[in-house]
Amino acid sequence: MIRQLLSGDYPRSRALTVVLLLILAGLALAPFVFPGTRSLDVAAKVCVFILLVASYDLLLGYTGIVSFAHTMFFGIGAYGIAIAASRLGPTWGSLALGSLAALVCSALLSLLIGILSLRVKTIFFAMITLAVATFFAILASQLSGFTGGEDGLTYKLPELLLPGTKLFETPLFGVEINGKIVSYYVVFFGAAMLFLALLRVVNSPFGRVLQAIRENDFRAEAIGYRSVIYRSVANCVAALAASAAGILYALWLRYAGPDTTLSFDIMVDILLIVVIGGMGTMYGAVVGATLFVIAQNYLQDLMKLASDAAVGIPLLPNLVHPDRWLLWLGILFILSVYRFPAGIVGKLRAGK
Amino acid sequence: MSEQRSGEHPVLETHGLTIRFGGHVAVNQVSCAFHPGTLTAIVGPNGAGKTTYFNLISGQLRPTGGRVTLYGEDITDLPAPRRTRRGMGRAFQLTNLFPRLSVLENVRLAVQSHAGMGLNLFSVWDGHVELIERAEHCLHRVKLADRRDTLASALAHGDQRKLEVAILLALDPDLFMFDEPTAGMSADEVPAILELIHEIKNQGDKTILLVEHKMDVVRSLADRIIVLHQGELVADGEPAGVIASPIVRQAYLGLAGHE
Repeated sequence: MIRQLLSGDYPRSRALTVVLLLILAGLALAPFVFPGTRSLDVAAKVCVFILLVASYDLLLGYTGIVSFAHTMFFGIGAYGIAIAASRLGPTWGSLALGSLAALVCSALLSLLIGILSLRVKTIFFAMITLAVATFFAILASQLSGFTGGEDGLTYKLPELLLPGTKLFETPLFGVEINGKIVSYYVVFFGAAMLFLALLRVVNSPFGRVLQAIRENDFRAEAIGYRSVIYRSVANCVAALAASAAGILYALWLRYAGPDTTLSFDIMVDILLIVVIGGMGTMYGAVVGATLFVIAQNYLQDLMKLASDAAVGIPLLPNLVHPDRWLLWLGILFILSVYRFPAGIVGKLRAGK
Repeated sequence: MSEQRSGEHPVLETHGLTIRFGGHVAVNQVSCAFHPGTLTAIVGPNGAGKTTYFNLISGQLRPTGGRVTLYGEDITDLPAPRRTRRGMGRAFQLTNLFPRLSVLENVRLAVQSHAGMGLNLFSVWDGHVELIERAEHCLHRVKLADRRDTLASALAHGDQRKLEVAILLALDPDLFMFDEPTAGMSADEVPAILELIHEIKNQGDKTILLVEHKMDVVRSLADRIIVLHQGELVADGEPAGVIASPIVRQAYLGLAGHE
């Protein structure tokens, strides 16, 4: 059972197993263990980013493709829901239609980019994806009648997913079960299932060919694998998974805009998380995304506490002032990349 | 002089095969036919164009002139993977493996390519017992079975050469192309590989091309020798005759230091 779920790819480290189980338990029970709007927001974002980063790991870690268009596919998913829900009304049918349209659009676009440009060297492919993604972001902000422009789109969802909907009269374990919690579990289970699907893909015969191409594409061709086809399929699968992450995120936020999905900042975050978590491990996405999103959301609070506590000491309160949080986040990343070149998962596995 | 067997169609033919790099002609107008069940050794001094000729045949390089045909069909414009899928298999002179994959995984990738299962996305890799067994069998034949879980990059040089050969076996080609299979192996490892090539030859239906420097190896294995010198085919025939011919002694043994 577990073997089938994990596709035979175990954490292979006791410490890593413990960390993963803690994250799984934390996310599965988040509405009960960490009640509150903000913490649930963070938990949902962790789920979405685990999926988003895992799909990027399929490209970067397993296939050796550097793409900057990943947020574009993330955005296509989110805008698919947003546009469908705001134009066609908050029905399940329109959500399904929006999701389907987004997935088809991502599949076609990724195959097109792949077939046109995956023959070329890695660096050129990276540049092409950067250009396409930039073009797409501009398009999204210019077509404001359709996409809401810079303001993005706010929309309603079916009643079951709205915070005002109460499912039970009495609270469960002291928590009121409302539509927000239903949405959370849609995000949680959606992300979990798709993560396991990606884990399956990287551990399939296809996944090993990707690794072979990453290791030595010349030899992979010599034993009969046309690398452009395999790279294109990998690119397409990753794009579909990123779009699915976008769909889940749009369901959670009931908002889609350039800053939440398309911005280049998110692309950089994804890259950082893959590297910090450990490239080519899938589990790195879980550990990395959890740490990153939590740090992004709570580092400022922590620093405010420290800053307040350090009042009176010269220099220190300024240094840990909440406004400097990006500086500290940066330092944390430099340190972690420097200390764990193989990522957190690589480090944990090496230590057993 | 060339050994034409009437009634049998050649597996592979090169017709005036030529490649130029700028002003340098690395392979010049080489026309040659290779028949089923034969082992042809390709010899010549360093820089004679033997490996380049191999690269042209297996599709790593595109010729600037001439054609390659497989079973009479023009494959000159076919990319390397499609040639492999049509039954050509190549082992490389410079070891060319998947370094961060295990020995078994290296071989299994070739088995899987032969089985046409590369685009299977949703089954577990470890679950394909029949592919694993075939890969293990290939490892066993090159005497590398006990190293199956080692990373390819961690193997000793001689073992990496054996792995090259195992990958070729796993492709189960009709046309085997060995590029100095025993180069860099220790003396006690060489006989096993030669024995293996001998076995393949004795199957009778496989065609083998062998680039080899060691004359004793060539003499014991080859049905026919062709000699390349400065990119040109200068001799072709029975081993004993070719080795004894003056042009070979001159070209191959370097008795004449210049043209």
